Amino acid sequence: MTTRQLGKIAKRIGFWALIILIMLYAVFPFYYAVVTSLKPSSDLFRVELWPSSWNLDNYVHIFSQTSFLRAIFNSIVVAFSVVFIALLFGLTASYALGRVRFRGRSTVLLVILGVSMFPQVAVLSGLFEVIRSLNLYNNPAGLILSYTIFTLPFTVWVLTTFMKQLPMELEEAAIMDGATPWVTLTKVFLPLMWPAMATTGLLAFIAAWNEFLFALTFTLTDTQRTVPVAIALLSGGSAYELPWGPIMAASVVVTVPLVVLVIIFQRRIVSGLTAGAVKG
Amino acid sequence: MQTSIKHDDAPGEARSLTTKPRRGTKVRRQRVKAAWLFLAPMLIALTLVAGWPLVRTFFLSFTDASLSDMGAANLIGFENYLVYDDGRWYGVLADSVWWQSVWNTVYFSVVSVSLEVVFGVIVALILNAEFKGRVIVRAAVLIPWAIPTIVSAQMWAWMLNDQFGIINHLLMNVGIIDAPIAWTANATYSMWAVIMVDVWKTIPFVALLVLAALQMLPKDCYEAAEVDGIHPIRVFFRVTLPLITPALMVAVIFRLLDALRVFDVIYVLTSNSTSTMSMSVYARQQLVEFQDVGYGSAASTLLFLIIALATVAYLYVGRKQIQLGGD
Repeated sequence: MTTRQLGKIAKRIGFWALIILIMLYAVFPFYYAVVTSLKPSSDLFRVELWPSSWNLDNYVHIFSQTSFLRAIFNSIVVAFSVVFIALLFGLTASYALGRVRFRGRSTVLLVILGVSMFPQVAVLSGLFEVIRSLNLYNNPAGLILSYTIFTLPFTVWVLTTFMKQLPMELEEAAIMDGATPWVTLTKVFLPLMWPAMATTGLLAFIAAWNEFLFALTFTLTDTQRTVPVAIALLSGGSAYELPWGPIMAASVVVTVPLVVLVIIFQRRIVSGLTAGAVKG
Repeated sequence: MQTSIKHDDAPGEARSLTTKPRRGTKVRRQRVKAAWLFLAPMLIALTLVAGWPLVRTFFLSFTDASLSDMGAANLIGFENYLVYDDGRWYGVLADSVWWQSVWNTVYFSVVSVSLEVVFGVIVALILNAEFKGRVIVRAAVLIPWAIPTIVSAQMWAWMLNDQFGIINHLLMNVGIIDAPIAWTANATYSMWAVIMVDVWKTIPFVALLVLAALQMLPKDCYEAAEVDGIHPIRVFFRVTLPLITPALMVAVIFRLLDALRVFDVIYVLTSNSTSTMSMSVYARQQLVEFQDVGYGSAASTLLFLIIALATVAYLYVGRKQIQLGGD
């Protein structure tokens, strides 16, 4: 066997070792949370990679709490509303910013970048005032409104980048056919923007689903909370005996749908990007 | 209007509609009007949730407002920032905890974003390679990204638990450490615990953006490089890296801005401990827990200024890569 072949084999082994390492690193904490959530409370403090005995007590415990079910419902409503608003406003804005030359475009882009760099805390007291004056304090609608501060700039920014990359010929053809900007956007660009919208929509969804600071500050009662706050406050009961079993069960419950979502959308994102928007 | 394009403009004219700005054309004016109409919903929303609240926060930082009664606030000038009274300095700028939180935030941001970019690019390059089971690996890598920050903080808090955590257990079995480490409680390790969780969670974000850029790269450069027998590492630095730099710059700026305002991970992992307290944690503590809206707003305003400064510096350095509405 030549050194060349040996080197090739070594490279293959190294490559696969790297892949396995990455897989382990990425998946292990989630796997361990699943294992912990399935353990009976008596076994909780025995460290093991595979549970020697298991039951669903922690899940029963979690789902018997109406406040947790309510938090899941709130999170779903908030996240979907936020994605819808961000994509709708973001799509129209990105068409204007990506395809039309007009005075003040750079300024608008700068403003968007400026807002996206907003530390959420920087607007906390002012936003608190706005939400209270709109009577949205302790109301998921207040969260939907406030979440546009971080989902919208991001969506607009990414969609504009994609918009700019679409071929000019498409739009010229539309203009030649006498299409209005609205028709151009919805009939010509929208079908091509789906991969980009899947990407940004998923990012917006996850950002909204994950958000903690606003949800913690702008809601007060159990029935209005979203899942992250509910999970963070599960541990609030006692300083010494954290209910790790239920915490892990709740964590798994809110994560599994997201993981499924990511796997479905991921194929779409990848195929959409590689297929290319226009051929010829 | 529509017929005027069809009949009067030659195809060559239509190109100028999108490339060269020509005032006066009916179509052009219609397009600009539509552009502003299209921008309106976004601009109104952002004014309501960002512009106005920012102005108010700035204003409140010069008052003695409290959370329970924000209406009854008196202007007190710069007292929230810095004031000399009775032989001592008071205010945010004289608070050593504030400066500790500034340092913590900067340290956290620089270290975690650097690690994320390096590992993110490596992961993206691997995901971009053709191999069996790539789809499965790609899905697995995205899992940390899909997990809410709060949840990942809780998962790691459990794994890092000083008595029952698997990490201490493994490290002790291997023999790296003799006694369990209180990762989240010990000031020496807690910042690294926070960085570890953040890096774990956000590598996929960077990797996804880089991967998207990688998959848009033209294949022919690589074929040419392969034919010429150029070493892959050289190809990466000479061809790939320059081509993905714009995407990388976007990823870095979003990550950096995210890191500078970090809140969730630190709040859940180490609560209000000063050894890891970030600027956001400090400001929120003043605002909500101590109910001191004026003082908290002053800290928020300073945080805003620091991040604005960092952004301007970043844009200045990377102005060649990110072109704002340029050609």
